[in-house]
Amino acid sequence: MSGPLARDALRETLRETASTAFTLLLFAVVCAALLAGAYLATRPAIEHSEQAEKRALLIQVLPPGGFDNDLVQAARALPVDRLLGLKRPGQAYVARRGATAVAVVLEAVAPDGYAGEIRLLVGITADGALTGVRVTAHKETPGLGDYIEVAKNDWILQFDGKRLDAPATEGWKVRKDGGQFDAYAGATITPRAVVKAVHSALRYFAAHRDTLLAAPGDAAPPPQKEPTP
Amino acid sequence: MISAETRDILVNGLWKQNPGIVQLLGLCPLLAISNNVVNALSLGLATTLVMALSSGAVALVRNIIPNQIRIAVFVLIIAALVTGVELAIHAWALPLYVVLGVFLPLITTNCIVLARVEAFASKRSAAHSVFDGVVMGLGLTAVLVVLGALREILGKGTLLSGIDLALGPETRGWVLHVIPDYDGFLLAILPPGAFIGLGLLIALRNMIENVRAERTLTPATTHLAAPPATAASGEAA
Repeated sequence: MSGPLARDALRETLRETASTAFTLLLFAVVCAALLAGAYLATRPAIEHSEQAEKRALLIQVLPPGGFDNDLVQAARALPVDRLLGLKRPGQAYVARRGATAVAVVLEAVAPDGYAGEIRLLVGITADGALTGVRVTAHKETPGLGDYIEVAKNDWILQFDGKRLDAPATEGWKVRKDGGQFDAYAGATITPRAVVKAVHSALRYFAAHRDTLLAAPGDAAPPPQKEPTP
Repeated sequence: MISAETRDILVNGLWKQNPGIVQLLGLCPLLAISNNVVNALSLGLATTLVMALSSGAVALVRNIIPNQIRIAVFVLIIAALVTGVELAIHAWALPLYVVLGVFLPLITTNCIVLARVEAFASKRSAAHSVFDGVVMGLGLTAVLVVLGALREILGKGTLLSGIDLALGPETRGWVLHVIPDYDGFLLAILPPGAFIGLGLLIALRNMIENVRAERTLTPATTHLAAPPATAASGEAA
């Protein structure tokens, strides 16, 4: 093979490679543009439906008609805390009737689900009784571990009315481990994680009750307790 | 009147080359989400939509894709379309999004989508490709729904449970209690139930084919159906 011919062949190969790469790049750019467009077009609707879903969930974990403030407005920051399982600051929603705090909804995370984190909303009255627990996000096995969703099963309702001291600490386990909470055979890791997380959230509430329920004016934890007007 | 090609597409998608029980492609969702009829139907229809869109899109651009990178481009197109469909369902059909969960984005990895794009859409006109995508999707959906019904009746004694998740609480009354006071049969709901049920469906189909072949006394027609065992090797879960 002579020199110029080999050089021509090489040039041809390079040209073809470049053109192929350019085509692939073109498709990637077009697809990315389409996705960006789809994202922007659907974002308002998705945010709207997620917020509506959040309000609906908050109402589920609190007794109906027991409060008269806007919960989403009354959100306050929760610090990163081991008991709540939060890796990023979460939110607490204080329910008030008039000026009195009647209950609080804590965001909590069960970090040890079967497939990663299980995000929870835990509703607790001012005197420490659970008003409801709901799962807001999880990656548990569909059809197996997802009975923690209230839409699929009543399992999560068994927390209603429980307190930190009722059942006692050794009762805060699934029945298989000697505790008081039911779980379905074949999927015990999921409920075990949820029970543990709810128990921890109650312990967090017990330790920080006054800060959590303080009037909105005292957003920072007050050094001294002041009489609420 | 339908043309011979249209008829071929119909017969292949729904029976001769049915993705669920002949090509055995797309088994990941088939096995995972066929534990009741509502899930099966929802995912089947979402997959059908993606197949129609991706087959159509690929057929439109098939002449400008260099042969060496066609698979990469196909996957890119399918992934983009699935994400688009996922965003749209999340925005405007939230209950469906909740029902399908993680299996919605996983449609990208469903081999049947790529298989139809590669085997059909990359060589045929856009109209035929869209039609093939729809028919293949419906063939898969039919298998999903039959398997879902089988597992739901055996496992829970009901049909259409969870319909209120997809269509709103007013449809809660649509749930049929086929077997009243049924204790449930967990095996049917768990993944092994899907394998056993699918095996039974494949056996049933082969039985029907055998009987038909014997009746017509022309065994040559049976070779048109792809042998399931070899077709299964391309599956990616």
